[in-house]
Amino acid sequence: MSGRRRVLRWAIPLAVVPVLVLLAYGFRTDPREIPSPLLGKPASPFALTTFDGKAISLASLRGQVVVVNFWASWCIPACYDEAPSLERAWQAYRDRGVVLIGVNIQDKDEPARRFLTQFGHTFPNAPDPSGRVSVDYGVYGVPETFFIDRKGQVRFKQVGSVTDEIMKQHVEKLLKEPA
Amino acid sequence: MTPELGYAATVAALVLAVYGSGAAAWSAVKGRSDLRASSERAAVGVWLLITACMLLLVYAFLTFDFSVKYVATNTNRGTPFYYRITALWGALEGSIILWAWMLSLYTLIMVSRYRRTQPQLYPWALAVMLGIAAFFLLVMTIPAPPFERLSPIPADGRGLNPLLEDSGMITHPVALYLGFTGFTVPFAFAMAALIVGRTGDEWITITRRWTIIAWYFLSLGLLIGGWWSYHVLGWGGYWAWDPVENAAFMPWLTATAFLHSVMIQERRRMLKLWNLALIILTFSLTIFGTFLTRSGIIGSVHAFSQGSVGQFFLAFLALVVLGALSLLAWRLDRLRAQGELDSIVSRESAFLLNNLFLIAAAFTVFFGTVFPLLSEAIKGVKVSVGAPFFNLVNIPIFLALIFLMGVGPLIAWRRASAENLRRNFLKPVLIGIAAAALCRALGVANTVVLVCLALVGFVAATIALDFARAARARRRTGDAWREATWGLALRQNRRYGGFVVHLGILTIALGVAGSQAWSTQTEATLNLGETVELGGYTIRFEGLQAAEESNHFKVTGAFTVTDRRGPYTVLTPAKKFYPQEQTPIAAVDYRLGFFEDLYLVLGEFARDGSHATIKIQINRMVSWLWIGGLVLTLGAALAIAPERRRTPAVPRAGERAVA
Repeated sequence: MSGRRRVLRWAIPLAVVPVLVLLAYGFRTDPREIPSPLLGKPASPFALTTFDGKAISLASLRGQVVVVNFWASWCIPACYDEAPSLERAWQAYRDRGVVLIGVNIQDKDEPARRFLTQFGHTFPNAPDPSGRVSVDYGVYGVPETFFIDRKGQVRFKQVGSVTDEIMKQHVEKLLKEPA
Repeated sequence: MTPELGYAATVAALVLAVYGSGAAAWSAVKGRSDLRASSERAAVGVWLLITACMLLLVYAFLTFDFSVKYVATNTNRGTPFYYRITALWGALEGSIILWAWMLSLYTLIMVSRYRRTQPQLYPWALAVMLGIAAFFLLVMTIPAPPFERLSPIPADGRGLNPLLEDSGMITHPVALYLGFTGFTVPFAFAMAALIVGRTGDEWITITRRWTIIAWYFLSLGLLIGGWWSYHVLGWGGYWAWDPVENAAFMPWLTATAFLHSVMIQERRRMLKLWNLALIILTFSLTIFGTFLTRSGIIGSVHAFSQGSVGQFFLAFLALVVLGALSLLAWRLDRLRAQGELDSIVSRESAFLLNNLFLIAAAFTVFFGTVFPLLSEAIKGVKVSVGAPFFNLVNIPIFLALIFLMGVGPLIAWRRASAENLRRNFLKPVLIGIAAAALCRALGVANTVVLVCLALVGFVAATIALDFARAARARRRTGDAWREATWGLALRQNRRYGGFVVHLGILTIALGVAGSQAWSTQTEATLNLGETVELGGYTIRFEGLQAAEESNHFKVTGAFTVTDRRGPYTVLTPAKKFYPQEQTPIAAVDYRLGFFEDLYLVLGEFARDGSHATIKIQINRMVSWLWIGGLVLTLGAALAIAPERRRTPAVPRAGERAVA
C-alpha cells in the first residue's frame, strides 16, 4: 500500500471530525437565550387584584426585593416543577424584606385556583386578565421570573423553571444591596 | 399501570434488538443458521414490542391518563378525538417511537424478503438494522422516555400545539419518517457489502427499489410539509428555508444524487466508492436532521424540546459517520473503478455533473444551516441565515439541474456523436426557446422565470419526443396503439417511471417559479359592508361571528367574493384563541384553482364586529406543486413496478408475440 493511499485512508474518516466538533459546540449555546432589554431598567409598575380579592401594586413595595413569577395552570411541566421552590422561597424570605408575587396569565379562573390549592401557595397570586402586565414585561412563554431590586430595577430574568438555588442566589444577592 | 407496561416493553425491545444485532453478526461470522433464525425471531419481537408501546401510548391518550407526562403536555380534555391519536407523534418522545416502529417494520419486510435469497449480505444488513433500532430504543429508554410519570397529576393537560391540529399532522410525519427510515435499508446493505467485501453491484441491485421508495416518501413528506405550511401557517408560502426544512431537504438532495449515480455503476462499473459515500452521506444526514430538530442547538419553528437527547444523537451520528467511513477506508482497494470516463460529452458525464450540482446544493444548504453556529463559535456573533442566501445560491444550481434532466436520459453512453446530439436535442432546444419567446411576448418579464420556462419546455420536449419516437418504432413493428404506448411504458418501466418523475419535478418547478414571480397580495381594513378589490376579485366584509369550541374560542369573519363573472364564493377566515398560546392562531380560508388560489387571512378586528382587517393573497400556480406531487407518485409507482423486461437489449423477435 502506497503512502498516499495510507494517508487517504485516515483522511476519509477524519474529514468529518471538525463538523462533529462544531455540532458539539452547539450544546454550549442557546439560540433562544436573548438578553432581556429590561435588565437594569426600572420595572414597569402594575396594580392587580389577587385571587383573594386584595389589591397589590409594585409601587407600594419600593425598598423591598420583589420577585415576579409569571405562570399558568396549563403550563406542564415547567410551572409544576417550580411551584414547590416558589413556596419554599416565600417561607424562607418573607420576613427578610422579600415579596414574591405570582402573576397568572392566559388562564381560566377555576384551573388557576385549583393549581394554587394543589401546591398550597400562600404568597400573593393575581390574575392578569387583560394581559397588560405580561406585555409590559415582554413575557414570551411561561414560566418567566423577574427579580427586582430595592430601587425598583429589574436585575435578572429567569426563563423556564426556577429552582431553590436560583431563588437563593439572586434573592440573597439583592438583599445585600442597600436600599 | 400503562406507563409501567410501556416502559417494560421499551426495555425488553432494547434488549432484544441488541441481542438480535449481535446474534445476526455472529451468525454471519460463524455461518450458524440457528443463530440467524434466532436473530430473525428477535426482529419480530422488537416489532411486536414497539407496536405494543404505540398502542399503550394511544390508550393513555384516549383515556386522558395525565399521570403520563407526555400525555399531559400534548393533550387536554378539549382535544378532539382524532388529534388525541395523532398527538402520539406530536412531540419529541412520541416521534421517536414512530421512528423506531417504522424502522422495525422495514426490518421485518427485509427479513421476509431476503432471508432465503441473500445469504451473504443479508445477515450483516440485519445486524446493522437491529443495531440502529437499538439506538432509537436506547433514546426511548434513557433521555426521552415517552412513558415518564408526572407527579403531582394535573387535573387537565396542556393541550396539543394548535398548529398541529390539522390533517397534515397525520400524513406529513408519517411520509417523512417513512422516507428517513427507508434509507436505513440501503445503508445497511452498503455496510454489509463493505464488511463482507462484496463491493460490486450486488448491494445496489438489492436496494434499488428500497431507495426509490424511501426517496419517494421523503419527497412526499416534503411536499405535504409545504402544503401544511401553506394552508395552516397563514403566510401564503410553502417553503421558508427553516433549519428543519433544510434538514429534511439535504438527504433528499444526496439521495437524488445516489439514485442517479447508481445507474452509472450498474452500467459502466464506475463510481463504486462514490456510491457508497453517497449512501453513507444520505443516511448520516437523516440522523443529522433528527439531531438538529431535537438538540435545540439551532432555533427553528419546528424545534422540539431539549434535554440530553441531543448528546445521544450526536454521539450516534459520530459513531455512524466515523464507523461507516472507516469501513470505506478499509475497503478502499476493492473500490477501484473498472470503467473510465471516455468523453465529456456522454451520459456518464451528464450524470456526474448532476451529482456534483446536487452535492453542491446539499453543501450550500448545510453551510447556511450551520452558519449561525459557526459564526457564534468563531466570532461570538449571533446571526441568522435567511431565504435570500439560499435562493441566491440555489436557483442557478436548480436551473442547471433541470437542464441536465433533459440531457442525461437521452445522450449516448461513452461518447455522444454529433448525430446523436442533433437527433435528440435539436427539436427540444428549439421548442424550449420558442416557449420562452412566447411567454416573453405574453408579457413575462422576469429573467429567471423565462430561463426556467425555456428549460422546462426543453426537458418536456425531450421526454415527449423520445416517447413518441419509441412508440412509433413499436407501431412500425406492428404493435397496436395501446400496446405501443401504455405497453411500452410498462415494459420499460424503469426508464419511463423515471421520465414521469421528471415530469412531476418539472411541474413543481413551474409551480415554484410561477408562485414566486406572479403572486400578489394586499391588506385592507373594511367596515361592515365595505369592499376591496384585488386581481379581479371583489371582496365584501359581511360580519363576524364568535363561537366557543371544545378547546378554543373562535372568531370567524364572513367575506363574499365576486369575480369578473359574478358571485364566486364566501370565504370564512378565522382567528382561534387557545388558552395555552400567547398569540391567536389564524385559520386561513382559501379557494384553490388551477392557475391561482384566493387566500384570506383574518387580522385585527373590532369586538363589536364593525370592522376587520383582512390580508388577501392571490397565489398563482401553487396548485402545480401538489399536482406535481401526484405525477411524482405515478412515476415512482411505475419505476418500482416489477420489471417485465428481461434484458436491456433491443426488442427481441419473439417479444411481440408474447406481449
